[in-house]
This record gives sequence, C-alpha cells and structure tokens, in this order.
Amino acid sequence: MKRRTLLASGASAALAAAIGAPLRAQAKTKVGFIYVGPINDGGWTQHHHESAKQMVEHFGGAIDFVYQESVPEGPDAERAITQMCLGGANLIFTTSFGYMDATINVASKFPNVKFEHATGYKMADNVGVYSARFYEGRAIQGTLAGRMTKTNKVGYIASVPIPEVVRGINAAFLHARKVNPNVEFKIIWIFEWLNPAKEADAAKALIEQGCDVVLQHTDSTAPQAAAKEAGNVYTFGQAADMAEYGPMPRISSIIDNWAPYYIARAQQVIDGSWTPAFTWDGIGAGMVGIGEISDVVPAEFKAEAEAMRDAIAAGSYHPFTGPIKKQDGSDWLAAGEIADDMTLGGLNFYVEGIEGDIPS
Amino acid sequence: MLRLERRRQPSNLWRWGAPMAAVVLTMVLGALLFWMIGRDPFLAIKTIFWDPVFGEFAFYYRPELIKKAAPLIMIAIGLSFGFRAGIWNIGAEGQYIIGAICGASVALAFYPMAARWMIFPLMIMAGILGGVVWAMIPALLRVYFKTNEILVSLMLVYVAEVLVKAFAVGLLRNPEGRGFPGSRNLTQYPSAANLELFAGTGIHWGVITAVLSVGLAYVVITRHRFGFDVQLAGQSPRAAAFAGVNTNWLVIGCMGLSGGLSGLAGLFEVAGPSGQILGSFPAFYGFTAIIVAFLGRLHPVGILLAGLLMALTYIGGDAAQSAMNLPSAAIKVFQGMLLFSLLSVDVLTNYRVRFTWAKGD
Repeated sequence: MKRRTLLASGASAALAAAIGAPLRAQAKTKVGFIYVGPINDGGWTQHHHESAKQMVEHFGGAIDFVYQESVPEGPDAERAITQMCLGGANLIFTTSFGYMDATINVASKFPNVKFEHATGYKMADNVGVYSARFYEGRAIQGTLAGRMTKTNKVGYIASVPIPEVVRGINAAFLHARKVNPNVEFKIIWIFEWLNPAKEADAAKALIEQGCDVVLQHTDSTAPQAAAKEAGNVYTFGQAADMAEYGPMPRISSIIDNWAPYYIARAQQVIDGSWTPAFTWDGIGAGMVGIGEISDVVPAEFKAEAEAMRDAIAAGSYHPFTGPIKKQDGSDWLAAGEIADDMTLGGLNFYVEGIEGDIPS
Repeated sequence: MLRLERRRQPSNLWRWGAPMAAVVLTMVLGALLFWMIGRDPFLAIKTIFWDPVFGEFAFYYRPELIKKAAPLIMIAIGLSFGFRAGIWNIGAEGQYIIGAICGASVALAFYPMAARWMIFPLMIMAGILGGVVWAMIPALLRVYFKTNEILVSLMLVYVAEVLVKAFAVGLLRNPEGRGFPGSRNLTQYPSAANLELFAGTGIHWGVITAVLSVGLAYVVITRHRFGFDVQLAGQSPRAAAFAGVNTNWLVIGCMGLSGGLSGLAGLFEVAGPSGQILGSFPAFYGFTAIIVAFLGRLHPVGILLAGLLMALTYIGGDAAQSAMNLPSAAIKVFQGMLLFSLLSVDVLTNYRVRFTWAKGD
C-alpha cells in the first residue's frame, strides 16, 4: 500500500482495497473468533471456544482458525476485529453482546467478510446474529426447583440485568409456580458474568435465607461448592454440565452448544451460500442442551421435566404461553397466547409474583 | 562482589538512558518469554514493535496508535506536575471515568438537539469539571484533614467504577437499547461526536488537546512560576517553604490539573473511540498513565514519547495475539515487564555499581 494511495482514497477505502484485492485470495477459508473472556473461564467463552474447536475438527485441515481472547468491549474490540479482517479472515464470530456496534462498524468497511454476532440485534448485509433460547432450559429448571424445594424458597444468582437474564428468571419462576403455588424467588444481582468470590457469597446468603434450591446465571462452579458444603441444597450447572457436582447438589444443567451452528455457518461460507440471518435456536436445534437429571430427583418429577424438554424440543410447548400477567398486575399474554420474539428479545419486566425490581 | 553506592547527584546519562535500557531489557525478557511458550521470539517482537508502524497494515495501525496514545499522554502530563512536587494522585482512572460520565450526561441531556457549537464545548467543560471535582475530594481532604491522597484517590477509583456501571444500567441507559445496558452511542449523535477530523489520520480533538498539553506543560515547567514551585517543592520542601510556596495551594493546583486533564481525556474517549457509557468503559488508562509519566521522566517530551511507546505495546500486543495466537496473559505479562524493567534499571540513576573484592571494609 503506497502512502499516496492511502491519502487519496482515505483509510476505509484502503482497508477495503487491502482485503478485496485478488492477490490476497486464498484457498482456505479462515474463520476467526473474538472472545470476551479467557478461553479457560469455565463458562461462556470456554464453551464458544470448545464449539469452535469442534468446528475446526469437523473440517479437518480445510479451514484456518484464529481467535483472540479477553478482548474488552469498546474501542479495542473494533481494532481486534479489524485486525482479523486484515489478516485475511473470511468469517468472524464476535461472541459477546458488547461487540455489537464494533462488529457493525468493521463490517461496513469489509463488505467481503462475513460476520456473526452473538446475542445482539443489529444486522447488515454481511452481519448475521445468533443466540440461544436458554429460557427453554430455565423452564425445566423452574419445574424441577418447584418440585424439589421443601422450604418453598428458591434462590437465583442473577448476573447482568439484560433481557436474557430477565427472561431466564421469568421462565424459571412461571414454571416453579405452576407446579408449586407457594414457591417464592429470592434474587441476588452480582452485575458480573463470572466472579467466583461474589457468586459464592451470593449462594451462601441465599442459603442462609432459607433457600434450598439455588439457580445461577453466572458461569463459575462456586455456587455449586457452596451448596455442597451446606448440604441438602439443589443446584443446576450453567453453560457447562458441571457434572462433577452431581448427583448432589447439581441435579441438572443447561449446556451451551454452539458447534452445530458454527459448522453450518462455516460450511455456508465455504460454499458461498451464506446469507445474514437472525438465528435464535433452542433445545430443538441442539443449541441448548439439558444435562442429565440426576437420580436424586424422584422418578415422577424427572419424567415430568423430561416430558417438558421433549415438548419444547418438538415445538408443541412454548414456555411463555398465556395467561401471564406482568409484575404490576397488568395483562401480558391472554390465555393460549404465545409471546412473540420481539417482546422476548427486549424483555425488561418481571412476571406477576416475583418480588423486587430489576436494577436500573 | 557487587556493591551499590549512592551517587551524590543522579546521573544525567542514566536519567535518560534508563528508560531506553528498560525498553531493550523488556524486549529481551519478552522474547525469552515468548520463546518459552513456543513462539518465534523474533517474529513476536517484530509483530509488536515494528509491524504496527512500518508493516503492511501500518496505514491502519498508525492512526490507531495515535488514538490510543492521546488519553495516556494527556493524563500523564497532568500527573507529572503532582509527581514532581511529591503529590501522588493515583486515582486518575476515577477522574477519567467521572469526566466521561459528566460529559456524556451533558450530551445525552440535549439529545437529539442539533447545536454542536454549544453542546460540544459544554461537554468539554463538564468533562473537565467532573475530573476536577473528583480530584478535589482527595485534595481537600489532604489540605484540611491531612489524609493520605494516595489512598483516598485510589479508593475513589472503585467508587467511580461502580458509578459507571450504575449509570450504564440506570440513568444513562439507551431507551432504544432493547433493555441492554449502555448509553446511546455518542458517535452517532453529530452534535456530540468526537470523530476523526481528517479521514484516516486518527486525529480527533483529544489528540490535538494531548499535543497542546505537552507544549503548554513544557512552557509552564520551564518558564512559569508554578512550574518552578512544583519542582522546588519536590526537591526540597523546606526550601520551598522558605521561598514562600503555599503547599496547600500546590496540592489543590496539582490535583486539580491532573483531575481536569484526566476528566477531559475521559470525555474525548467516551465521545469518540469508546462511544458509549458502558460498564466496561474503564480501560485502565488512568493507571497506565502512571507508568507513562515515569517512563517519560515526568518531562513533557519524554511523556509524549513514552505514551506513543506504551500505545505501541498495546496495539502491537493485540496484533501479536491474533496473528500468532499468543495468550492474552503473555501479552499482559510483557506489558508489566516494562514497568518492572524501568524500576530495576532506575537503580543506576541514583546508585553507582561498584565491583569490589570481598574483603569487608
């Protein structure tokens, strides 16, 4: 790149030229990943990375794989993504919500590169969006929690107040109440996705308040350890199966499984058939896995939960089916009405019966 | 055996030689580190130090370098005055965050009004004011209650970090953000955006201010009474007292100056490169700037160079991560080595190494 060309064309045009030039054409498809945490965080990033590695394995040597871990959300993200484009990536997965604007900005400069942004909502000609319907798994956890609790108090370690987390709380609560009208939820927000110390403190506080089931939307196993120490407390694995804490306290789990999606999208880029899409898959498509329900759970409840899992997978049951009222008592969904994805995508209220407020 | 002997006067040669030796030492130690984890050490050092400036994609990295260096330089210039006078503002990070919150709040209060001539200057004032107010807390506590400004200013960083998270999910949350935390993106609001002034150069208002602050600091340090007082207070507090330097005003002046510049850096960052008030807005610039200030020997020109060098290790470090799949922890260790090397080499500025035979004298 001559300096003069740069001055004449401006940087963004120069960027596009650098990547569009046929001399940089390469035989192999290069797939890049931007991670928000370290690849061994035990939760969110680790599962993206493991799914990515499964994708690499699937294609054997047919694709090149690059990644960058612990990329802060903000201006550094934009540079990290640009860097990957300059390095010749053809498809880039940006795996955190906070990369949304950065992904859109870079995508406009590199029209030939395909982008996939996790959990966001902004799309473009070369930007697709994907996320998982974790709330489907929460409905099953809620059912089990409602059945297993003896104190009728269920604890919930909430992470960051975004719609996904609120959806999870609502789905779990609705289904716990359905099987146990006396159940109450105690919610602690820790404002982080991964912080073993805070998670342990939250779990202990909930257990001290009498909760004998603790759900978590945070990524570490610290709550599992706290529950194990307390005894007679049930928990669920988050992001990972956390099977090492089974059969007690961990009685089931929600497992993130992005591999089928990554393989499918990479294949489409190789074939040249990729188009931007808004993908929101759940148990049915295998993006959300439900970990084995342990034998501590009585057989009838286990069967009930598995039946719900199968019904959700088959599409015959939706966890947000009316009648459902909002926390303030106003109507949300009429009897038989199913929540639309737009409302679910931006869910920012609790359903009737949950105490407390969403932090704002 | 080796013996350290205190120099009567700090060595002038080592005063400026030490930072350079530290950089070389960091490169050597870094290369060793990268070699130990199985990467080509020469390629890694080249990717970090050479490629962003002279490599194939330098046209992209050079502007990024400038953007990254600007807040570091601006904050470090502010800190250098206090550090010269023995006033230790460790909380620039907090002042940076509060400046950003204040500036962004002003912008969002006017949204979507189109009056850049008024809104942008108001944001700048709010940014400065926010930083100054946050710095005045440790300054006034020291003046009136003899508290330790190191501790107070450091503690206020954590307060600021909590505040920025609260603002991101509360007051400043984007009403059209579908319930996600984070403010509106200021770069998409023409009245408030701090964009590149010349396409492809990376130069925005923050960069211009950073360069101006270097020039002004040079004049103040060498030509102005305030600069003289600051140096005198640092070198000999007693002499300063005899010369009629009012220590209290010096504390307020130095803390206010660094707070204001930090707040201003935060404002330019939130209105430009960062764009949003987010929980992840803090980027440790306030702490990194402390290293920049010392690496630059508290001298304006030195800080300018040190800021650029520090930015290079960040930009190049990130580039090495994705180009060579280096773990991010290795890059962080490498960046940490720079300060560590500087501190160890700095011994030579104040001490002379003597080789003596072990006779015991």
